[in-house]
Amino acid sequence: MLRRILLLAAVAVLAGAGLYAGGQQPQAPPPVAPAPAKAGERLEVPPPPFTDGIFPCSACHKDLKANRARRTLTDMHTDIEFTHDAEHRWCLDCHDANDRDHLHLASGELVPFDESYRLCGQCHGEKFRDWRAGVHGRRTGEWNGHKKYLLCANCHNPHQPRFKPIEPKPAPVRPSRPPK
Amino acid sequence: MEANGQRSGVTRRQFATCAAAAAAGFVLTACGPKRLHEMSKDRLKVLIAEMERKYAQQYGTAVHVANTPAMPGVEFAYALDISRCVGCRRCVYACVDENNQSRDPQVHWIRVFSMEKGKGVDFTEANPYYEPKDVPEEGHFYVPVACQQCRNAPCTKVCPTGATWTDPDGIVVIDYDWCIGCRYCMAACPYGARHFNWREPTIPKGQLNVNTHYLGNRPRPNGVVEKCTFCIQRTRSGRYPACVEVCPVGARKFGNLLDPESEIRYIIEHKRVMVLKEELNTLPKFFYFYAT
Repeated sequence: MLRRILLLAAVAVLAGAGLYAGGQQPQAPPPVAPAPAKAGERLEVPPPPFTDGIFPCSACHKDLKANRARRTLTDMHTDIEFTHDAEHRWCLDCHDANDRDHLHLASGELVPFDESYRLCGQCHGEKFRDWRAGVHGRRTGEWNGHKKYLLCANCHNPHQPRFKPIEPKPAPVRPSRPPK
Repeated sequence: MEANGQRSGVTRRQFATCAAAAAAGFVLTACGPKRLHEMSKDRLKVLIAEMERKYAQQYGTAVHVANTPAMPGVEFAYALDISRCVGCRRCVYACVDENNQSRDPQVHWIRVFSMEKGKGVDFTEANPYYEPKDVPEEGHFYVPVACQQCRNAPCTKVCPTGATWTDPDGIVVIDYDWCIGCRYCMAACPYGARHFNWREPTIPKGQLNVNTHYLGNRPRPNGVVEKCTFCIQRTRSGRYPACVEVCPVGARKFGNLLDPESEIRYIIEHKRVMVLKEELNTLPKFFYFYAT
């Protein structure tokens, strides 16, 4: 009789433990996308990192006829090594053919160089969304106040966007016997 | 007990009472008095003025020691993107400069581990002494580790003098004047985040950061434990920690957990987030995530 009671008790405990452990998994809340960028909203960014003297581009280009043929440039801008999807893109996919002081979106809309993030965000939408939230890229300023953005081009060279390896700072010294 | 005609002067009752009192005292130091907050404001002002005078004499330049209290409604948290960290160690040295760490003997509050992509986050296979010509190395990823500012910190529980505690804004702080250098907290920390001053710390002339905080980066004496304080001298005035501002790839994020608009909350809600040594239940406020 006692053995039967003990057996029943053991089964009850195990069943209870099983219910508790293998019970409901908490449901993850559905992901909420951050608020979309308001049209026409300008963000405060540092100036675009132009090479000295290159801007405004119209200083030379207003007198030059636009040549839309896709080619490797030989007369000028030969210092630019282009590796940003070079197989499918070339200069005039981002730079506007008629107004070299602006870039253009896929729709043809012109954007100034200090709003170049709108152009980058066209293809790199996830990065753009994260950048607006402050999660992609470096942040300076105040964590509870005015936060500063950097332009995409301040870190990524738009013609060669991949970061090059850098030299690391020295390794820590290995711990040795504590001095007397 | 009779032995050689001599009787021990302590009775069992006396011994037991004494031991119980000692044990109670030890336990209370973790949850009870926080010497700094107990002090009267005038006494504290005098103490800080004396400290500033001593530092000015020692380093030959005016040093400012702040005592900014925690902001209400703030709980700091940190997030680090290990898909972006390239292991350049610029955070390590920015921290050294900002927080007046000893150069010789060398103290680094941040340690960057190089791990292999095939093996994942595994501290038994991690190497903090990597020194290649360029980073990132092929097939490696990098995990910088500093104080995780645990919500369930083991270090604050074991301090025998109550010299370390968690301040209301979530930063685990050390009062260097109360630390006796027993290093019990260093044994308790599972992340190796606490560091000891084995000798008098040395800071080269002209490299002292004169904007200091009592619980943070003021120059430490010999024989005390120190660690990352989330740049308490910066963050309590609204600025980002030095490591966040210097990271060249933007892998480091900092903010207020209680602010739903902060980057930290965005990361926790939208990214794959993990903490180190989760099984130890230290509940760190330092999150690692993958942005891609």
